[in-house]
Amino acid sequence: MFWQLVANGLVTGSVLAVGAAGVSVVYAILRLVNFAYGDFMAFGALIAYWFQGPLHLSMVVATLLAMLATAVLSVALDVALWRPLRARRAGFMSLFLASIGLALVLRQALLLVAGPAPRFYSVNPYRVFVIGSVRLAEAQVIAIAAAAVAIVLVGLFLSRTTAGRVMRAMADDRSLAAVSGIAVSRAIRLTWIVSGLLAGLAGVLAGLVEYSFDPNFGFQLLLPIFAAVVLGGIGSVYGALLGGLVLGVAMELSTWSGFAGGVNPTYKPVVAFVVLTLALLIRPQGFFGRARLA
Amino acid sequence: MSTLASGGFWAFVFVVAGIYTIFALGLQLQFGFAGLLNFGQVAFMAIGAYTMAILVAKEGWSMWLAAPLSVGAAALGGLLLGLPTLRLRADYFAIVTIAFSEILRYVATNDDALTGGAQGTINLRGTGVAAQYDAQWQRFQAHVQSFLGLHSRDAAMLVLVWGVAVVLLSLTWIAIRTPWGRTLRAIREDEDVAASLGKNVFAYKLQVLAVGAAFAGIAGLFYAWEFSFFSPDDFEPLVTFFAWMIVLLGGLGRVWSVPVGAILFGVIFAGTRFFNFVPFSYFGSADRAYLRLMVIGLIIILTVVLRPQGILGKRQEMVLE
Repeated sequence: MFWQLVANGLVTGSVLAVGAAGVSVVYAILRLVNFAYGDFMAFGALIAYWFQGPLHLSMVVATLLAMLATAVLSVALDVALWRPLRARRAGFMSLFLASIGLALVLRQALLLVAGPAPRFYSVNPYRVFVIGSVRLAEAQVIAIAAAAVAIVLVGLFLSRTTAGRVMRAMADDRSLAAVSGIAVSRAIRLTWIVSGLLAGLAGVLAGLVEYSFDPNFGFQLLLPIFAAVVLGGIGSVYGALLGGLVLGVAMELSTWSGFAGGVNPTYKPVVAFVVLTLALLIRPQGFFGRARLA
Repeated sequence: MSTLASGGFWAFVFVVAGIYTIFALGLQLQFGFAGLLNFGQVAFMAIGAYTMAILVAKEGWSMWLAAPLSVGAAALGGLLLGLPTLRLRADYFAIVTIAFSEILRYVATNDDALTGGAQGTINLRGTGVAAQYDAQWQRFQAHVQSFLGLHSRDAAMLVLVWGVAVVLLSLTWIAIRTPWGRTLRAIREDEDVAASLGKNVFAYKLQVLAVGAAFAGIAGLFYAWEFSFFSPDDFEPLVTFFAWMIVLLGGLGRVWSVPVGAILFGVIFAGTRFFNFVPFSYFGSADRAYLRLMVIGLIIILTVVLRPQGILGKRQEMVLE
């Protein structure tokens, strides 16, 4: 039972990690706590559903198209909303509040278009992998693998490519980066593309491992994702990975009967919020590294 | 008859506006005057409403004893939240406060023995008994109605809610003109300067958080009495965002901007449910609910982008950064 819970925790944690990496990049470079991120994820999940269900594309193609669509949405919103706010030199509070307004608009738009009914991807839930005493469904294994690949790719992109170095320079000091001749607006667009791709992927993976999802589900994942970001340290994608995994395992293990009887599973989100609060109180700079982008 | 001509409709809109005036005034005090980014305001509304309902329906207390105690419980909640978290950075404080309100909502949803769980207050005394907490309030409301010679219960509620709202607005108006209020605004502008002048910044923030929480607790009481039933779903983070919309739209750092924002909110929130004319008649009730929240989201965005000082705010006094 213990190892099964750890495995489940790694699955939950992988999904949180992908979402957290996307939130983290935008937070580090644009100083924006994006409250609409959960709704970006729901958007991606629904787009993939639409490509896979009615349009009969394979799950992989549907996922890639959903990631692309979410990236396009992110960039479009940057042009329509965030760029005007940047031009006005809007501070952290304005951005935070605007993202809350955006979250409301996006979620209600999804509900209006797609309706509140739960959706399912047509995947075979009976293909199961058995490793020792642990049983994992195919979707769960795919979630862990996809999350690991995505995080490593983003990590390599940020550390090895010129574009990635530009983004890290921006995260360290935007005005210094600008006077050094860095094309700030291009780096910002890249930031939104990376964050959007990750949001789309996180949405699809969350929909896969939770079996069913509706337009509200992104918002429910948002606070655990923020918790993972804070735990991992803002701006660090590997930190996001670790933060997500630690949080996922903590949430699942909290229900283990060997652990003082275990808490009621309905309290799993509460465990995430408690971990978040404790993390902030003990180490506001995050547990893994200082605030930087790598 | 058109809804717009019905007295009952407007009474409902203004009762909602009154409750949200009290609720958002607490947030105005915390954010507009002291700069605290509280995103868990709904938690204190929940504490106020639940404490009263539990004490009356389960413990059989008198409403007159339970109500002030509930407001005290909300204020205490503010103190307990503030003690460990007020030293955090503004963005972390915002996230922790919203997490706090969600923790309370999850507990209220799952701890059936304490709160009646997901079924709400009707389940407060266990299944099989329809628990009810507002008999004494209903009698009081009827007294007020006959004493003032009003023709409906709604009118009596209107007088009561707005009576309390005007008292609280006036008290706040006075309070921010005292040295205490000036210190709050100094902290909002630059807490290092306030601290260097010997002000205990932490204590001031704690006080304003508790007072704002008490206001939310009072709003919770009226919410409970107006609707005679509530459940944990009534206290989603969305309700906090409503208060933010009211404060932003009305104008930051002003007292009388709060009722202006709240009345506009009341028309959007309550009004659009009952408008039975074009273009509202094109949409079903579910779609209207989505559109209503979409409009509230749009108002938040447009206010931040186009008029960060709100309708009545003064740019020199406070503008959203």
